[in-house]
This record gives sequence, C-alpha cells and structure tokens, in this order.
Amino acid sequence: MSRKFRTVAAVTGAAAVALAGCSGDAEGADGGGGGGGGDVQLTWWHNSNNEPGRGYYEQVAADFEADNPGVTISIEALEHEDMLTRLDAAFQTGDQPDIFMERGGGELADHVEAGLVMDITDAASETIETLGPSIAAGQVEDQVYALPFSLGVVGFWYNTSLFEEAGISDPPETMDDLYAAVDSLKDAGIEPISVGAGDLWPAAHYWYYFVIRECSQETLDQAATEMDLSDECFTRAGEDLEELIAAEPFNEGFLATPSQSGPTSASGLLATGQVAMELAGHWEPGVMQGLTDDGEGLGEDTGWFPFPAVDGAEGDQEAQMGGGDAWACSADAPPECVDFIEYLLSDEVQQGFAENDMGLPTNPAANDSVSDPALAELLQVRDSAPYVQLYLDTQFGENVGGAMNDEIGRLFAGQSDPQAIVDATQAAADREN
Amino acid sequence: MAAATTVRGGARTGAPRRVPRPVRPQWRTRAEIAFFITPALVLFALFVVVPVIQAARYSVFAWNGLGPLENFVGFENYTRALGDPVFISAISHNLTIVVLSILIQLPLGLLIALLLNRDLWGRTAMRVIIFIPYVLAEVVAGVVWAMLLQPRGPVNAILEAVGLGEATQLWLADPGIVMVTVMVVLTWKYLGLAIILFLAGLQGVPEDLYEAAQLDGASWWQVQRKITVPLLGPTIRTWGFLSMIGSLQLFDMVWILTGGGPADSSITMAIYMIQQGTERSLYGYASAVAVILFGISFVLAVLYQVFVLRRDTRDAVPDKPRRRR
Repeated sequence: MSRKFRTVAAVTGAAAVALAGCSGDAEGADGGGGGGGGDVQLTWWHNSNNEPGRGYYEQVAADFEADNPGVTISIEALEHEDMLTRLDAAFQTGDQPDIFMERGGGELADHVEAGLVMDITDAASETIETLGPSIAAGQVEDQVYALPFSLGVVGFWYNTSLFEEAGISDPPETMDDLYAAVDSLKDAGIEPISVGAGDLWPAAHYWYYFVIRECSQETLDQAATEMDLSDECFTRAGEDLEELIAAEPFNEGFLATPSQSGPTSASGLLATGQVAMELAGHWEPGVMQGLTDDGEGLGEDTGWFPFPAVDGAEGDQEAQMGGGDAWACSADAPPECVDFIEYLLSDEVQQGFAENDMGLPTNPAANDSVSDPALAELLQVRDSAPYVQLYLDTQFGENVGGAMNDEIGRLFAGQSDPQAIVDATQAAADREN
Repeated sequence: MAAATTVRGGARTGAPRRVPRPVRPQWRTRAEIAFFITPALVLFALFVVVPVIQAARYSVFAWNGLGPLENFVGFENYTRALGDPVFISAISHNLTIVVLSILIQLPLGLLIALLLNRDLWGRTAMRVIIFIPYVLAEVVAGVVWAMLLQPRGPVNAILEAVGLGEATQLWLADPGIVMVTVMVVLTWKYLGLAIILFLAGLQGVPEDLYEAAQLDGASWWQVQRKITVPLLGPTIRTWGFLSMIGSLQLFDMVWILTGGGPADSSITMAIYMIQQGTERSLYGYASAVAVILFGISFVLAVLYQVFVLRRDTRDAVPDKPRRRR
C-alpha cells in the first residue's frame, strides 16, 4: 500500500510527531558503535502492522538473530501513514532508526544529501547484482543507498463481469480501444472509470503515463537528472490527457473523490461494482478487500491490464510506471545493518514475502511464489517491460512533484492547459537550483 | 477566633484615618507573584513565543526541514508567497469567510437567541439541539457532511425526493459551488456559539428596563430594538472578535470537507501553509506563510480592538471615576 497516505497523515500529524519525539530519544541513534564481536542492537521500523506480515517479519528477525549471535533487533511495526509521519520527524532530528523504508527518487536524494542514509554500493554488491534493474529505485547518481524489496507497476484494475455486460471481450490495448470501451460502458449505463482526483496523485498518474508513452527513456532520464522539461513530448502528454478528460470517462464528482478511503472513494466505487475500472497500483486488491463487507473486494471479477499504447506516440509503448519500497540503513548504523537488509532480500525471505502476499518481490528467485493470478500477471508485465519509470512525483521530489500534481489537478478541473503543467513543474524545479 | 475578631475590629476602629501598611515587605509580594506566574510564563515562552520566533527565523531561509539552515534567501519567501495567485486566493477566501460569517450569523443568531429567550414550549430542548453542532468534534462533523454531500449522497437524494431534482449539485466537486457549501456547513457549525453567547448576554439585561418599557407602552419589537440589542452590544462585539479570528485561522473543517480543492477553489491560508510545509517539505517557505498569517491576524485583531472593542474595554473598569465634562 505504498501510496496510501497524505490526508489522514496530516490530521494525525501533530500527535504522531509528539509520539516520535518521546520514543526517538529512547531508541534512536543507539546501535552499538561498530567493532565486531560486541553486542549490537538494531532498530527496525516497518509498515507490515497486520498479520501475516507482522508475524513473518518477527520470525525473519528471530532467524537472523539466531544466525548472528550478539545481534538483537528491536522491531516497531507501524501503520503506514503513522510510519511516514514518524520517519519525517525522525529525519529532522537525526533520530532515525537503523533500518527504515525508502521510496527512491527525490525524497531519497534529499535524505542522502542531508547525510542520513548509508552508502551500501560496495557492502551489498552481491545483492545489488541479484536485483538487476530493480535496484534503480534505491539509487542516487549511480550509488546505491537502499535495496528495493517490493516493486509494483500501475495499470488498470477492472471488473470483468461489468466488461462482459457492456460487451467488451478483450481488455483495451490502445487508447482507441479504451475510448471504445468507455463508449460501450456508457451505453450500458455503467460509469467507466473512477479516479481519486481529490488526492491529486491518482489523477496525476494519467499524465505520468502519457509522458512515458510520448517521451523516450532518454528524455525522461534527462528530465530527472537535469530537471529539464523543455522537450515537446511533455506538452503532448498534456494534450493526450485533455483528450481523455474531454471524453468524460470519469465518475461523477471525481474532482472531490478520495483515492482509497471509504465506499465512495475511487477504490470503493470499483470494489462495489459502481464503476468498471480504475488506474491503480499493485496495492489495489488489498485496498478493495478492506472496503467490502465480505473482505473479498472484487473477488473473481478482478482483472488487470497495462496502460494502453498511444497511437503515433514516440515513447516506449511497453514501458511501465510504478514504484517500490526499499530497505535502507541509517548513516550511523553498525555494519550488521547491511547484513540484515541483505538477508531481507535473500531468496528465502523474499519467497516468504511473496507467499504472504506482502508485495511484489524484486528478487527474481521469488517470482514463482506469487500466487494471486492478477498479481502474477502484473509481475510478468513488470519483468518484461523495457524499463519501469518511477512515479514522476517521487522522482522529482516532494516539492517539484507537488507543484506538478497541483497543476495536473487543475487540468482535470478544466482550469489549466498542457503547457501550464510543464511550466509549473519547471518553475518549481528552477527555484530549487 | 475571638481574639482574631477583636483584632480586626480594633484595627477598623482604632486607626480610622490611615490604612495600615501591608505587613509583608514588597520583595516578598514580588517573589510570590514570580512564584505563581513563572510556570505559566515558561510554558507560554516555550510553546508560543519561541516557536513564533523560530518561524520568523526559518522564514528567511530556503529549507526542506533536513540539515542545517544554510541557504539564506532574505525576504524572497515573502515576495514569492504574496506573488502566488493560489495564496492570494487563499487570503481572499479567508476574508470572505470573515465577512460572510458575521453578515450571516449575526442577524440569524440574534433572531434565534431572541426567540429562545421568550417563554416557549420546549425551550431547553431547542437550545440543546441548536448548540449540538458546536459541541461536535470538527473532524466528526466534517466527515458526516462529506458523506451527506456525495454526488449520490443523502442531500441530493432528498432534493430529488421533494421534487427539487434541478437543484442537485456536485456540492464538493464543483469549483464554482464549493465555497457556498463550505459557508453553509460553517454556519451550521458555528451558529450555536453565537446563539449561546447572545443568550448569555440577554440574561444580563436588567428586568426592570423591560418593565419600564412595558409601562411606557413599547411593543415587543421596539423593546428588542431599543433596549435588548444595544445592551447586548458588548457580547456581540466579543463574539465578532472570536468569529473573525476563527475565520482567519480556519483549517480543520475545510481540510476534511475538501482539502482546499477542487483546484484550490476552497483553499484557506492555513491549508496553503500545510500543503507547502508538511506535504512539500518547504519548511522555510511555509514559515513565511505562517508569519504572514500571523501578521494579518494580528493587524486585524488590533484594529478590531481599537475601533470596535475600545468602548467595552473602557467599560470593563466601571469603578474608575470618570472626569466630569
């Protein structure tokens, strides 16, 4: 559930900061200063606060302790938003735990620049090799600071029986197919797509995907490293998005629809059969299960297809967009920390991770352990994609990403234009330098 | 006991011309004051004064909350904030809410308070009902309203059921409507406070004035206009002050209802500050916004004190002899 955050986080923020302040002193920068042999204490914050994940991680830590006498790991399993808020506060005071979660992109770069994260390029070289291209989510300028343990891609989750009802036999492969599907669904009296534009980022995902379809990987890489959005492909992406919005495929009142909270959220509308599809990440089945009384979500009606190709666009039509979670060590953590996060990425631990449906593993040895058919398909698409682009807002960092998402939100509200998105993003980036 | 009484009596009669000097030396009185006041002052300094000064300091740096304050930018954060159309619209939303709150809630609150002040059946029950919204937690009320105002929610369903299908709206999702929705919810939420304050003020209007007016043959309406409302002045002016400050710092209800959206069409200064600060990690910039918000509230509060509340603060010391003209 990587992206399940923001709204509630801010409301509970003050309390969480206060909590973090209290506990930070007690267990923060304590990990027993290096030197082999002595007792080492590691603190680990993770967000698998429900079973089976919680118990699984306790077992993993116990196994590691057994294999490494003298090392003790104290775990704090936190609710996701709570963890993010506490981590933010911990980073500001330099009291971060030894092992914590990073999500790559500009946020990781900020932490690296502030000297909070350990460079593990050499220490974890074997694991880095095993992970292959997935490692990009833990890199800043060719150095590795975090090991991605789950990497998902965003695509369309759809209700197979509503598609059948509207007479759509194959999931759309091109945007034209998608427009045709939208028309068929409307004719059948079904709202085609839900989008949580109230939270901005679910709406922004559409623009990101059009950017990936319109721009070459080279242009995207350059945009990320040099913050240069002058290529025309970025404007074309906005025009594609305008065309989609003009077709009115979205649920009624989508501008105020939240992404995942409650039955009237975008995920709730899909889970309760009120819309036919939604663009979302690998977390969607889990979110939908939480939003239905029977805990099944869409159950057997769950289907998934990748974001369609855009006819005549110059980018890679097979490339995917997504993001992941990665384990990182605090800059002042003892060397055992690296051993532990490497252990977390080992074949054995990643296989258990996949079997427990805790995410999409990055270690190829665990691919066969993913049992859910929709997730298995998603994993296949991810691994066969020429590249997986990180969410652009994560890539550009909170500040530039926020300015970009705001302007995309305005485009959804009919108060902006393709050029303005590029301009607002560029302006925020220019201010940073 | 008896001895004490004697002493006291003696003191009263024995020294008629001079008040006895205080027994305690002055330093002791001062020490006592210091003893009682210090804890409060320390807390106030720690949690109010220091953060305000810190915010002012952060506001002249470009700072993402991590690492030391290095990048001094002077007043750039301020000029940028005041040049950002989104922040300007946030200020105008706040000022609109200040004015509309008073224009709507004052007459409405006064009317209901006057009605509830009369002897009528079920008065206590009605007072309770009217005050409930104010007592409800902001977040709870916000979530309930957000559910009621969904596109297919109860509000639209009721409108359709009574044949007003034309009047259904995307209450929270239409940029042109959302501020009206917010004003309605705010009025519902805060009208109770105005009414309860006005009712309390009404208890302070002396009964004999009403009797005198009745003897003179004044109608109910005349009595309200010439006696009740003028004597309610201090209460109304105090409520106006509370309402103004609350409107300027408005955050939670709007945050829950709309988050400032869609497309910033219901954004307030406090929401803008949170979005820039905690969500985008522009802590320096958000501090500048906080200082501007503080400045606007401070100036308006002082102006209100000087021009509106002056008479009340003067009247607050009634025993002070006034110079005759």
